[in-house]
Amino acid sequence: MNGDVACAEGAISAGCRFFAGYPITPATEVAETMAQRQPQVGGVYIQMEDELGSMNAVLGASWAGVKAMTATSGPGFSLMMENIGLGVMLETPCVVVDIQRAAPSTGLPTLPAQGDMMQARWGSHGSYEIIALVPSSPQELFDLTIAAFNLSETYRVPVLVMSDEAVGHMSEKVVIPRLTPEQLSYRRRPNVAPEEYLPYRADGDLVPPMAVAGEGYRFHVTGLTHDEKGYPAMTAEAQDKLVRRLVDKIRLNRKDIIKCEEIAVEDAEVVVCAYGITARIARLAVEQARENGIRAGLLRFITVWPFPEERIAELARQVKAFVVPELNYGQIVLEVERCAAGRARTTLLPHMGGSVHHPETILEAIEEAAQ
Amino acid sequence: MTSTVPVEQNLIDSFLRLDRMPHIWCPGCGIGPSVTCFVKALQRNGLDPDKTAVVSGIGCAGRVAGYVKLDSFHTTHGRALPFATGLKLGNPELNVVVFSGDGDLIAIGGNHLIHAARRNMDITVICVNNFNYGMTGGQVGPTTPVDARCTTSPYGNFEEPFNIPHLVAASGATYVARWTVLHPRQLERSIAEAMSKRGFSLVEIIAPCPALYGRMNRQAQGLDTLHSYQERCVVRNGADTKDLGITFKGPIVVGKFVDIERPTFGDHCKELIERLGNKEGQ
Repeated sequence: MNGDVACAEGAISAGCRFFAGYPITPATEVAETMAQRQPQVGGVYIQMEDELGSMNAVLGASWAGVKAMTATSGPGFSLMMENIGLGVMLETPCVVVDIQRAAPSTGLPTLPAQGDMMQARWGSHGSYEIIALVPSSPQELFDLTIAAFNLSETYRVPVLVMSDEAVGHMSEKVVIPRLTPEQLSYRRRPNVAPEEYLPYRADGDLVPPMAVAGEGYRFHVTGLTHDEKGYPAMTAEAQDKLVRRLVDKIRLNRKDIIKCEEIAVEDAEVVVCAYGITARIARLAVEQARENGIRAGLLRFITVWPFPEERIAELARQVKAFVVPELNYGQIVLEVERCAAGRARTTLLPHMGGSVHHPETILEAIEEAAQ
Repeated sequence: MTSTVPVEQNLIDSFLRLDRMPHIWCPGCGIGPSVTCFVKALQRNGLDPDKTAVVSGIGCAGRVAGYVKLDSFHTTHGRALPFATGLKLGNPELNVVVFSGDGDLIAIGGNHLIHAARRNMDITVICVNNFNYGMTGGQVGPTTPVDARCTTSPYGNFEEPFNIPHLVAASGATYVARWTVLHPRQLERSIAEAMSKRGFSLVEIIAPCPALYGRMNRQAQGLDTLHSYQERCVVRNGADTKDLGITFKGPIVVGKFVDIERPTFGDHCKELIERLGNKEGQ
């Protein structure tokens, strides 16, 4: 099956029973699969009037206690930004899939890019942390969509699946496993009486237990800066306390969140840092470099946000150089550079999207970096 | 010697977040009486407050969600309806009420309004129409009558306003009524009917905004506006919605205009799920 279909099937396996979307290339097949599958499993598919509506319907469904998702591409992702921020502020578990296409604006709707990576991190206004995962294959779109639901339920935050047109439209074998209940996470529920429930009182892990509508808690939530009761609190102190917790609940748990794949990195003097479709091409280049006698390795980001900064900092002490190919004019390379902090050279291999890197190009960059 | 006389608890207190009082609304504002009518309608219908949720957008009326002691959501500007759509479809047992203002629902949220009506989402919309953007200081809006002055129409508004009942009726709403805050009993009854209606229902409440719209249009006291309602309002139940446009000084037609039946979006979802036989279970 193709990546988009695998993504939808992953969501169904994760227990997603609400999908709101708006048609957009190259994410349409996610919606089409959901329209077919959701009523079969007792769920709801709704095609909204725009992506503003889709994002809000997803938040509403999550507050009714249902695992909910939407899928889109660049233009729709831009429209969702404001309400991804609302999701962060209300601490609403949900999943947003972005099958990236070449941009800016309408760009190349049917062709791949990785140009929304920084938007994923910073696209909504204000200071916040978010979780974003990047799949490299249809199988991984399936697996990471499940992981995205688990992370969103655990940390009460929208989780972004940042795929691209190439992976979304690529057809490969996908194994759909029978999941055990332990493999699925659910938001922690309050264990106090409604009168004692404070919607935003968090324990040690900084993630507050979540009541949902209709259970008698009669809670209030707002996009305004709020206190533990969920009531508006218009002070710098309340702002400081809230924003720090929203950021820290992700930042301090990053070791449990971050996943990378490493190939031949142990003794590497040049490490290619790549993600999504680009990582598959980078792998070919790394293998070829090894055959040519260069100690090259691949660090494939599965999680890009929060960024695996400790691992890059560690590798920067070991390697001569990082090579960062990406389908944009330099986004994740900025993070690699920041974390390398001058200890290792960092080379960007930009590609504006519309097609993908040639392995030769990456190989040449590795050879140059090894000198 | 003083004796304390127990004051009878206000009947609506148990539905309000008294720990959040005083509220932010200005003296003479029409939103408070609108909330009173809503709570009384809730009581009149005997609806379970634990199963009733209020969703608001942004603006003065958008603050209603913060004062009612129900599951309540203060969302983003214009997006109360799609949020409420997800909430209702996620848990069809909930009575979902969207309480917001004209700017929020008719301008920035206008697209969601017509589509929620078209789909016949089983949601009740209470739209407080005070003819301007109050929270931001009295700007012209999608319902400001022609010739009315606002801070961004200082020479008088020349844009034709929306006729809200006509807009939602044409979009497919199954229940549409309009009252002013000078009609509390009719308003309470209409909200109660709207909430018990299966389908998309909307009650427009014409409400004074003495601090902004009123001050700029020679009605500086809430009472001035109420007097004008007394003079201008005409009750005409069942009126053709195309005749319900509001002019600066002309008559305001109030009443119940639409009360029809048609299947809701949720009905269709349920029917589809049953037809497919829930192949994989939950």
